[in-house]
Amino acid sequence: MSYRFVVNGEPVAVEVPGMRRLLDVLREELHLTGTKEGCGEGECGACSVLLDGVVVDSCLVPICQVDGTVVQTVEGLARDAPLNDLQSAFLETGGAQCGICTPGMLMAAEAYLVAGSPISDGAIREAIAGNLCRCTGYTKIVEAIALAGERRRRDASV
Amino acid sequence: MPHEPPVVSPRTLPEAYALLAAAPHRPLAGGTDLLVQISGELGEPPERVLDIWHLDELRGIRVESNALVIGALTTYAEIRRSPVVAEFLPALAEAAATIGAAQIQNRGTIGGNAANASPAGDMLPLLLACDAQFVLGSAHRQRWVAAREFWPAYRRTAIAGDELLLRISLPLPSRRQVRYRKVGTRRAQAISKVVIGLAWRAEEGATPWREVRLALGSVAATTIRAPRTEAVLEGSTPDEATADRAAATLADEIKPIDDVRSTADYRRAVASRVLHRLIRDEGGW
Repeated sequence: MSYRFVVNGEPVAVEVPGMRRLLDVLREELHLTGTKEGCGEGECGACSVLLDGVVVDSCLVPICQVDGTVVQTVEGLARDAPLNDLQSAFLETGGAQCGICTPGMLMAAEAYLVAGSPISDGAIREAIAGNLCRCTGYTKIVEAIALAGERRRRDASV
Repeated sequence: MPHEPPVVSPRTLPEAYALLAAAPHRPLAGGTDLLVQISGELGEPPERVLDIWHLDELRGIRVESNALVIGALTTYAEIRRSPVVAEFLPALAEAAATIGAAQIQNRGTIGGNAANASPAGDMLPLLLACDAQFVLGSAHRQRWVAAREFWPAYRRTAIAGDELLLRISLPLPSRRQVRYRKVGTRRAQAISKVVIGLAWRAEEGATPWREVRLALGSVAATTIRAPRTEAVLEGSTPDEATADRAAATLADEIKPIDDVRSTADYRRAVASRVLHRLIRDEGGW
């Protein structure tokens, strides 16, 4: 079967079985290896991407359900610069260590920031509750998301 | 690489019914259970899959004939942010918020939770306590199945091979209160150790409880009611003596097992304690 959708602004078409995981299509067919596989069963969030703007585990989404949708991966975060503001904030606070959780963490955080909910420690922790990190202890990740959120708010009000 | 059984994605309900009538298919909703199951590590993967995600007539939340009617494909995220749920059955939004985390809530559906029939299914005790009715459809007919008959055995449902779960109807009787509690290892992403749904009707103030429904998950092979404990609560007011008797009865009534997530002793103790605390909260003592 052929499935058509948009990834990071580019229309794509793939010929794969309908039950192929979005994760495998991104990595193996489209060579977008920024999205990582951790547990492969929806526990760790390493494979998080945005599907029509909401965060999902790409290991749990078969490609037949992606037909006609818009997907954003970590490769699509920065447009005109090497990193976007959220990615820069992760570097500034030390929110990225070994890096396996980082792409998924960034996508969950991006979904949270784009939704425009009030920025609070509790809300940030809930937004990334589906993303496991075994290095940072989360505090620096939470600081990074808060920092990016505050900057976006400030820039929006200028 | 996981198994990749053949899948069809019908765009209309009659198409889906025709496919089901022609050959057995495993329905696929949000995929949060099925995509884990087709790894093959949890028994035989399905031979064929019917992707119902595009059947938009199975989505949506509305109040109709004094019942809250929720389409089977309604996600936990939609339930959490629904003003209708917040007004008519806020405990349902509370339950949806305990499931997985954002990624799971954006895909997982209430119908999938019911049809997957896990004894640990987080929404199920609430559906049972609220006397939910399950609306099943096939090419030939629609029928309603009461929650008490919906999970006849471990991981089994009343859904026949040619049927789909269309929607879940939750009656909204006057002056009914509903409470929900889930106990897991952590707040997010945890499979439950014990889940409790409690419903009753009462007049204002410290008046006796009527039509008490106490339902539990993760303490038996299916989601269950606890009729002996319900009988203790029926006609009683939420005072300390009632709470003590109900908690002791529940500890004796349920027969949970030891497994990877918890022990029988812990489940019995915590179910009993959570019920005691729920009653205390209502009694205000």
